[in-house]
Amino acid sequence: MTSTAVSDLVSQPYKYGFVTDIETVKIAKGLSEDVVRLISAKKQEPQFLLDFRLRAFRQWLQMEEPDWAALGYPQIDYQDIIYYAAPKQQTKKASLDEVDPKLLETFDKLGIPLSEQKRLSNVAVDAVFDSVSIATTFKAQLAEHGVVFCSISEAVKEHPELIERYLGTVVPSNDNYFAALNSAVFSDGSFVYIPKGVSCPMELSTYFRINSGDTGQFERTLIVAEEQASVSYLEGCTAPMFDTNQLHAAVVELVALDDASIKYSTVQNWYAGDENGVGGIYNFVTKRGQCRGARSKISWTQVETGSAITWKYPSCVLQGADSVGEFYSVALTNNRQQADTGTKMIHVGPRTRSTIVSKGISAGHSSNSYRGLVQIGPQARGAKNYSQCDSMLIGDQAAANTYPYIRSQQSDAVVEHEASTCRMSEDQLFYLQSRGIGFEEAVSMMVSGFCRDVFNQLPMEFAAEADKLLSLKLEGSVG
Amino acid sequence: MISRSLKTCIAVCFSPVAAVIRTDAPVLLEIRDLQASVEGQTILHGVNLTIRAGEIHAVMGRNGSGKSTLSKVLAGHPAYSVISGSVLYRGQDLLALAPEQRARLGLFLGFQYPVEIPGVSNLEFLRVATNARRDERGEDELDTFAFENLVRQRMSLVQMDPAFLDRSLNEGFSGGEKKRNEILQMALLEPVVAILDETDSGLDIDALRIVAAGVNELSGPDNATLLITHYQRLLDLITPDHVHVMAAGRILRSGGADLALELERTGYDWVDQELSRLGVTAAPSLAEVS
Repeated sequence: MTSTAVSDLVSQPYKYGFVTDIETVKIAKGLSEDVVRLISAKKQEPQFLLDFRLRAFRQWLQMEEPDWAALGYPQIDYQDIIYYAAPKQQTKKASLDEVDPKLLETFDKLGIPLSEQKRLSNVAVDAVFDSVSIATTFKAQLAEHGVVFCSISEAVKEHPELIERYLGTVVPSNDNYFAALNSAVFSDGSFVYIPKGVSCPMELSTYFRINSGDTGQFERTLIVAEEQASVSYLEGCTAPMFDTNQLHAAVVELVALDDASIKYSTVQNWYAGDENGVGGIYNFVTKRGQCRGARSKISWTQVETGSAITWKYPSCVLQGADSVGEFYSVALTNNRQQADTGTKMIHVGPRTRSTIVSKGISAGHSSNSYRGLVQIGPQARGAKNYSQCDSMLIGDQAAANTYPYIRSQQSDAVVEHEASTCRMSEDQLFYLQSRGIGFEEAVSMMVSGFCRDVFNQLPMEFAAEADKLLSLKLEGSVG
Repeated sequence: MISRSLKTCIAVCFSPVAAVIRTDAPVLLEIRDLQASVEGQTILHGVNLTIRAGEIHAVMGRNGSGKSTLSKVLAGHPAYSVISGSVLYRGQDLLALAPEQRARLGLFLGFQYPVEIPGVSNLEFLRVATNARRDERGEDELDTFAFENLVRQRMSLVQMDPAFLDRSLNEGFSGGEKKRNEILQMALLEPVVAILDETDSGLDIDALRIVAAGVNELSGPDNATLLITHYQRLLDLITPDHVHVMAAGRILRSGGADLALELERTGYDWVDQELSRLGVTAAPSLAEVS
């Protein structure tokens, strides 16, 4: 594409790149058994959790960083990272009035008002700042329904039996290098428990904010839906702009018992680095859900727009008979971003079904790979999978790859895979422009059209936002 | 051979102008010595053309003569660069405006090959485009309801099934359906100057009649139409006031409706003669076809 008018539209600066000036308590850089013990002690954890961490740490020492993804980045120095940072305010406050106003202001600026008057009326929010959760809204109202929604540190204190029963049962501590690291040093994250027969009365949401420059973020999220329970949960993430890379290695575990359903949505907007690829978050995340019960359902929807590098495969283990797994993804990369993302659908039980819809958009000099596994085990009679992977290229410097893996040990399973690649062409944009539609609106119209199937899966409050976010990210990328 | 061509040339040169043209109507489009290139190759070598309100012009010529390039340059396609010359649109410098701005001000290009845009709903596209034009004219934005009424009414003009509203823009439309969708857009945008690039190509006779009826219906004393075409058959249905023959990136001859009939009879052989007399070689270009 040749138009200079187009390349003149320089990328919108990252809107969430500010740093909050707040006193933090940090531990020294580096990782050792002592650091793991220190984190556990700071959080006054029970013995079982310290044991869990230490076991994970020892496993991690034996493991090697994976290199099979289509990603390139310099060696990470794990001793050059701070593993725990918290705003100086030791105990969690009973009421929001006692929370440091600077923190409330920070979340206000991010569009996540936490105070009574301004909070979203039907969304409960857990706000995580660096390594700790600073506030959770609507806790009391949720408790009336028996729903537990709090930070995982709090859950360790108040519901240790639930944590002990479920933590690490979906993603074992030795699952992979980054999961092991997370299991050793995880700081905070959210815990959701929906008791039997309860359908959660509001959307639940966690907002993750990295503030410190040299800190890694290792959050841990655990969601349990008992028999016939249902919940819809959304996570959002942003970070300031630093010219060094920061590590984010999270683990998310979902458990759905008989007839339960969990819908997990992500709008990921970590700082992506500048147009030359300096700075940005390394987003190495393990997300897995287990459909443990019959007829249970787990649905992942992700809109991945940020991070310098994304390595992430939200997966479903379909164990219960007739259980359903879904994965809807939009991954957008621009400038020098790299993404290797997709899903794993592991069909264990009979008549399990899964759907994968992946939309990758690559602009600038970025690289965007879909990597997905559909595995049909010997017991999964009548299992079905449908996968659709579409890539859209913008400009002529970006790359899109699709790596579908299918392993079936069942002769009567049905596995379908469709893939397409298209390029947003100058002629398409000109066509829209020649009807009076401005260039940027034309780009966003085409991108939203391309992503519609996925956006339709997002909770209503966030679908419009995701749409807007993509347009912002793409400003100036077509040229 | 030579003498026949010469005779043709003379006949063409002296054809009387059939229609009575009002010369006092306001000038809508004034193209002066326009030179333009695509991919480094000069295609337009000095085009002059004046279009007044109420007029229908036809530009004819062989493949590679620069007809489509002229339409793309007027609409502002980014791949085409203007080398020199000027275009005034109702007194305003058209070439200084972004394509979307030209459209909002009432310039319309009906494409020879309308592109398919998957995922973008035809209805939503038509609504956004219509509202962009309305906004420029100081009219209120139409909401979904009001717009659906309007669009259904305009669809009847081109005998289009409302089911096309629910489809993706041009996706999977047949050639004829795409052209009707173009005329539908014209009907919604109510342009001041409409350029229809080979609107007749790929249409069967019924579709051609429908499209031509639509264009006639939309022509009025305050707007103008520029038809770009190869063939007489469109001009049997839409009578032009002026016909121009384009070759080697310039307008070689202008006349009335009978010039088109003349061409139909004699073909374009005289054009080469004329060009060699002028010392120019006609270089067909790929850009014209694409």
